[in-house]
Amino acid sequence: MTVAATITPVAEQPAITMTGVTKNYGSFQALRGVDLEVARGERIVICGPSGSGKSTLIRCINQLEHHEGGRIVVNGTEVGPDLKQIETIRRQVGMVFQSFNLFPHLSILENCILGPVWVKKLPRAEAESKAMALLERVKITDQAHKRPGQLSGGQQQRVAIARALCMEPGIMLFDEPTSALDPEMVKEVLDVMLELAGDGMTMLVVTHEMGFARQAADRVIFMDQGRIIEQAPPQNFFANPQHERARLFLSQIL
Amino acid sequence: MAASAMPARRRATGLMRSLFGSPLNLAVTTGFALLLWATLPFIVRWAILDAALLPAVPETCRAARGACWSFIIAKHSQILFGIYPYDERWRPMIVCLLLLGLLIHSVRPSAWRPSLAVWWLGALAASWLLLAGGMFGLLEVTADKWGGLPVTLLLTVVAIGFGFPTGVLLALARRSGLPVIRLLATLFIEVTRALPLLSILFIASIMLPLLVPEAFLPDKFMRALIALFLFASAYMAEVIRGGLQALPRGQEEAADALGLQYWQKQRLIILPQAVALVIPALTNTVIVMIKNTSLVLVVGLFDLISSGKAALADPAWSSPSVEVYLFITAIYFALCFGFSRFADSLERRAKGPAT
Repeated sequence: MTVAATITPVAEQPAITMTGVTKNYGSFQALRGVDLEVARGERIVICGPSGSGKSTLIRCINQLEHHEGGRIVVNGTEVGPDLKQIETIRRQVGMVFQSFNLFPHLSILENCILGPVWVKKLPRAEAESKAMALLERVKITDQAHKRPGQLSGGQQQRVAIARALCMEPGIMLFDEPTSALDPEMVKEVLDVMLELAGDGMTMLVVTHEMGFARQAADRVIFMDQGRIIEQAPPQNFFANPQHERARLFLSQIL
Repeated sequence: MAASAMPARRRATGLMRSLFGSPLNLAVTTGFALLLWATLPFIVRWAILDAALLPAVPETCRAARGACWSFIIAKHSQILFGIYPYDERWRPMIVCLLLLGLLIHSVRPSAWRPSLAVWWLGALAASWLLLAGGMFGLLEVTADKWGGLPVTLLLTVVAIGFGFPTGVLLALARRSGLPVIRLLATLFIEVTRALPLLSILFIASIMLPLLVPEAFLPDKFMRALIALFLFASAYMAEVIRGGLQALPRGQEEAADALGLQYWQKQRLIILPQAVALVIPALTNTVIVMIKNTSLVLVVGLFDLISSGKAALADPAWSSPSVEVYLFITAIYFALCFGFSRFADSLERRAKGPAT
């Protein structure tokens, strides 16, 4: 698939740059100064114990959470409090949630064309044919007119991926995409994500699926208490974690 | 399908079992049979066999031992249209037909397009014009002479038709991120809900004229209409807010992540689901509002009930109040039951799979 970002990317420009990003929930510090640079086409897996700030980190990128300190630049646009900037960034960044969050009152196809029709003002027929092509890629075509509730969890998550791809984003965020799935459905979702990774999509994936990290990630990021404490290519990270906390974490989940 | 394929004998034994299958079922069945035995013959005799019908004159009723339907036949236009001038009663009649016709038209999903709102605004304007007159050679009839069914219908349609969208806006405003908007909506809702409808009507019809010069005020009917509309909107706002709160946060986040703007998100994602969740509670509010319209009698407007009462005052008849109230009850029942059926179809539509 050709990835058409809404702005012409400058070749050398990173997809995402975060510098000193902080975020508090009341007295709880979810992010305590995160620095991260993501190159175009890079695939990053973020892991760490619960409460370490993994989800908050990626949710700050499309501003589902508003960061308090530091800077976030996505495709050259600074993410700020201005609504227009946020909307520009959300068009370029797709997101897949742990609990799918499909719209239950709309059919699968309607879920997929909603963004293209209302946000990108695509003609309905064109949006539908693009959506059908993407649904075919995630192997859902014959269910396009059903409602989400009639599909299995794995199917719903594949639709959620297709829905995000329909906006033709340059960057995809995955927030624990397989954590709410029955074990036998995890693979079908991971397969779709692997295919996407093979196509050169810029991906940030919060997951504990270390098999996926080994196979697809360029870099694994380990977070603890609101900080990135270790980052390395997967083979190095798994074979030889530098920090005690990362070693403990790996020994518990592997 | 399965039921009709079942052999008749099996269905019959199923019925027998549910009627007589256990001592408790047997007792309940017997109890109800006795109750019917005791009351049904009387009701049939009173309402049908011994009832007075035609000719619709007082003598027919005096001669009969049963219900005096002759009174309803003779006075139906007074009950339905109140003290509206006799020769002009074709006007409220057209208004009723127009509003009822449009109501029936509006329940079909195929009619739900933007033009329907235009039709309704047109119908309301036409109704007002027809009732008030004073233009196009129509005799002017002031609002204190309007009465009966058209008044009830107009009040209901406006209170609910304008109250619902206003309620939606108030509910959204009360959850708004902007503190001023949130405060204003909360204040309006809490104050309106804390006052009894009666006192809001009194404020609108009696206190406002004391404070504001008459020339700047809309007429009495319009003021009652606005009072009902505000009251309905406050109640509906809270019902809809319940639906908004019941929606999982993920729905809003998914809409945000797609890049939908605030109003697109509300219209396409949040409201359709939130309203569908609270259809039973909304139906409740609407039916209460239909019946609340009768409270306008305290400020000197004649709704269906008060015009029925007025018709009973004719000394030539032996004031058959039970029959009149049954007649009015039947009309209210048709309106309320009709709406509840409509709500039921909406609920099934909201649940049903997309085709």
